[in-house]
Amino acid sequence: MGFLDIDNTTKSYGAVEVLHKIDISVEEGEFLVLVGPSGCGKSTLLNMIAGLEEITSGEIRIKDATMNGVHASKRNIAMVFQSYALYPNMTVGKNITFGLEMHGVPKPERDNAMNDVAKLLQIEQLLDRKPGALSGGQRQRVAMGRALVRNPDVFLFDEPLSNLDAKLRVDMRTEIKKLHQKLGTTIVYVTHDQIEAMTLSTRIAVMNGGYVQQLGTPQEIYDTPANIFVATFMGSPAMNVLPAKVAIENGKPTAQVALHDGSLTSLPFSQDNMADWAGKDILLGIRPETITDEDAADRKSTNIAHMTNRIIVTEPAGSDTFVTMEMGGKDVIARMRSDAEVQAGADFSFAVNMEKAVAFDPETETRIVP
Amino acid sequence: MSVATQDTAIRTGRVVRTLIYLVLLLFALFYMLPLYVMVVNSVKPLDEITGGGMMNLPQVWTFEPWLKAWSSAQIGVEPTGLSPYFWNSIKMVVPAVAISTVLGALNGYVLTKWRFKYDTILFGLMLFACFIPFQIVLIPMARMLGLMGMAGSTSGLVLVHVVYGIGFTTLYFRNYYAVFPTELVRAAQIDGAGFFQIFWRILLPSSGPIAVVSIIWQFTNIWNDFLFGASFAGADSQPMTVALNNLVQASHGVKEYNVHFAGAILAALPTLLVYIVAGRYFVRGLMAGSVKG
Amino acid sequence: MAMQANADFKTKLQIWLPKLVLSPSVALMVVFVYGFIIFSVYLSFTDSRLLPSYGWVGLENYSKLWRLSHWETSITNMGIFAFLYIGICTVLGLSLAIFLDQKIRAEGVLRTIYLYPMALSFIVTGTAWKWFLDPGIGLENVMQSWGWTSFEFDWIKNSDFAIYTVVLAAVWQTSGFVMAMFLAGLRGIDNEILKAAQMDGASNWNLYRRIIIPQLRPAFLSAFVILSHLAIKTFDLVIALTGGGPGRATELPATFMYSYTFSRNQMGIGAASATIMLMTIAAIMIPYLYAELREKK
Repeated sequence: MGFLDIDNTTKSYGAVEVLHKIDISVEEGEFLVLVGPSGCGKSTLLNMIAGLEEITSGEIRIKDATMNGVHASKRNIAMVFQSYALYPNMTVGKNITFGLEMHGVPKPERDNAMNDVAKLLQIEQLLDRKPGALSGGQRQRVAMGRALVRNPDVFLFDEPLSNLDAKLRVDMRTEIKKLHQKLGTTIVYVTHDQIEAMTLSTRIAVMNGGYVQQLGTPQEIYDTPANIFVATFMGSPAMNVLPAKVAIENGKPTAQVALHDGSLTSLPFSQDNMADWAGKDILLGIRPETITDEDAADRKSTNIAHMTNRIIVTEPAGSDTFVTMEMGGKDVIARMRSDAEVQAGADFSFAVNMEKAVAFDPETETRIVP
Repeated sequence: MSVATQDTAIRTGRVVRTLIYLVLLLFALFYMLPLYVMVVNSVKPLDEITGGGMMNLPQVWTFEPWLKAWSSAQIGVEPTGLSPYFWNSIKMVVPAVAISTVLGALNGYVLTKWRFKYDTILFGLMLFACFIPFQIVLIPMARMLGLMGMAGSTSGLVLVHVVYGIGFTTLYFRNYYAVFPTELVRAAQIDGAGFFQIFWRILLPSSGPIAVVSIIWQFTNIWNDFLFGASFAGADSQPMTVALNNLVQASHGVKEYNVHFAGAILAALPTLLVYIVAGRYFVRGLMAGSVKG
Repeated sequence: MAMQANADFKTKLQIWLPKLVLSPSVALMVVFVYGFIIFSVYLSFTDSRLLPSYGWVGLENYSKLWRLSHWETSITNMGIFAFLYIGICTVLGLSLAIFLDQKIRAEGVLRTIYLYPMALSFIVTGTAWKWFLDPGIGLENVMQSWGWTSFEFDWIKNSDFAIYTVVLAAVWQTSGFVMAMFLAGLRGIDNEILKAAQMDGASNWNLYRRIIIPQLRPAFLSAFVILSHLAIKTFDLVIALTGGGPGRATELPATFMYSYTFSRNQMGIGAASATIMLMTIAAIMIPYLYAELREKK
């Protein structure tokens, strides 16, 4: 049993099931991120943990106590909302202590708690202002303060950074991570931003269509995605997925991939048991950063393949240069060092780190487990 | 009344503009005309009116008609003037407006923040009730007021106005609360606030604009009502509108037009004042609630 | 929200509170609106006269009603009144709104002047117009005293024209409100569309005819619904302005119902006429409300 258990939980609206048998167990102090495209059910799941939505079947437990039918205010959770949901008619101080007041905490204690939290978040000078007079980042801090002051078992975050501009978002992201490291509380965090998911979490649940597609550490999710959805959703630019055929060359399984002119190149697999797929079609997944110029190839890798292909477009991004080419009839993106000499229309010699490549079953779109 | 002006892209020539101003001024005169007639004729002696001077300013100024309309004109059988009826109206309007607004606010809160199955249908039924021709309820209402022992009383009229006003107040509050962020309600729930605490501490402090709309609307409608007053009021609970009509329609004696006009202004004054003082808040509140035009 | 079996008492109470709070209003509505409607419709099939009575007479009241010349007059008047009232209010309201939308200097003042009649009681409006239109002391008398001795304007006393004075007073009262509705609609139109149309070379006339007015469809619809229901409910104005006269020249269904029920003790027929009024309004309101509430969902 974990600290927070989501046990075989489903959610239906009328006859429509929007969440299908979700099973997640969160340990104390974990930072779980629910990530997925809009409409995948991640916010609904969060609201069910919060007690804002009914559970249709299954059970949610916090510290082994069932939360089914327990009012939101009695679950000892706190939530930070996307719009911050600060009460517009109350001062920042009142906003922070409203929950304590509702729980019958006496005023001196409330004030102490408020001052501690304000100090922690460096918002002491804002306590007498109304939310309308705050900037986006300040509102965000106040919203976190309101959650922190309750000293809850579980923190719930519902896309808390999506209303901030790009720079502030990165700053606040770091801030949240620092806070988690400092306080060590259990957090469930919803976002549609895969970078937030990767950077913040100790574990990620990737959701789509009401199903948890994969649950794992950021590294597991990134390196060994369970299926094509997870592979392409996590990572930017997305993982290249291209049709290939498995062949045996020199006793080793290789992927045969068509280049821009229709000629085939052989990319040897690191996984020997891919030989079971010999002669069959697969979908090959290669992350952009594993296709590089020869000089930038990963020296620790034991399986670097080489190929020459025509460059269609180059996109210099400053730190890196992205290069588009055609493989298996698809646009494939490669990530070069910014000083690699690449030119659109020219042929170029690429190094492919096949150690990191993954293969998918084209029927089920799931990863072929080596 | 301030609808935010925006920079229109339309340009008009000088001649057209002059014509537009002319038309607009002409209609301003048209709308002002009855008010002018009422005001000037309420402060002149009767013979100036009957002598063809209705449009002229008074030659002799007199406030006699006002005093008479207020305190001594013959209304029905008693020479009481309109003052007792004015107070009847106040006694009816204040509680009716207060009760219907409070109920409307609570209904709007429930219908937007505590949604349940068929709530839209329920609201549709409430809304339709605003538009029914009240003739359809006159007969059973008279019976019901009799059964409840409220026939001919002010409290009976209050009940009638509350019942047929709830639809509008609910509409206003529902539309206003519909755009009030539901996340705030959820945050308050997590903070441990209950149903009434959320309403009282979170929604109500932000409800000023729509409360103004509801109060103005209800005040105007109830003050100006004639049908219910004429149908259900007793001799000592008749509202201002009914009394004014009795004054004007009286068939005996000399028709004192100046007194009639003064009486009409007295009957119009409360709602006119509300319009002039709070009209801008009315439009602003409607806009804030995103009520469709 | 469905209940959970193991919910504690306070949580259960919180679940039921919203419905509890709504219930007084719902109860009032069920009894005083829909219950009463059923009762009135039922009465229209009975032999009620001075008091409600429960002898079933089928459609007799309705067939009697449609044979009454008094009712026929009311219906004809309703037709004339509704057509002119809705038509003139719409055209006038739209025109004034368009004119006011041309960055007019004193817009605020003009708007206030156009709108204030809405704040008045129909009894006040009726009184003011009644004496202003009265040939003895009003407009006719004034014109004659100013030297135009042949001037005649006695519509309010003339049974062929009296209904038009009702139209005049009603238009005076509501056209400003219609203007405000259209003005709000005009202000809601995206300015960039207008700029684009002007770049396309549209004249002002075409701009309004082809681009702006078609976009005011919701405002037209709301105006029509509000005006038509006001028209059918018109009662106080006629009472104050003409008392239904001269003769029965300005009787409308609402005044007909009132006099048949309360002065002539023909409650059955009165109820039948009220039922017909309700049906007419329902035919307009129900589709409108249905569409409005559906799209908001």
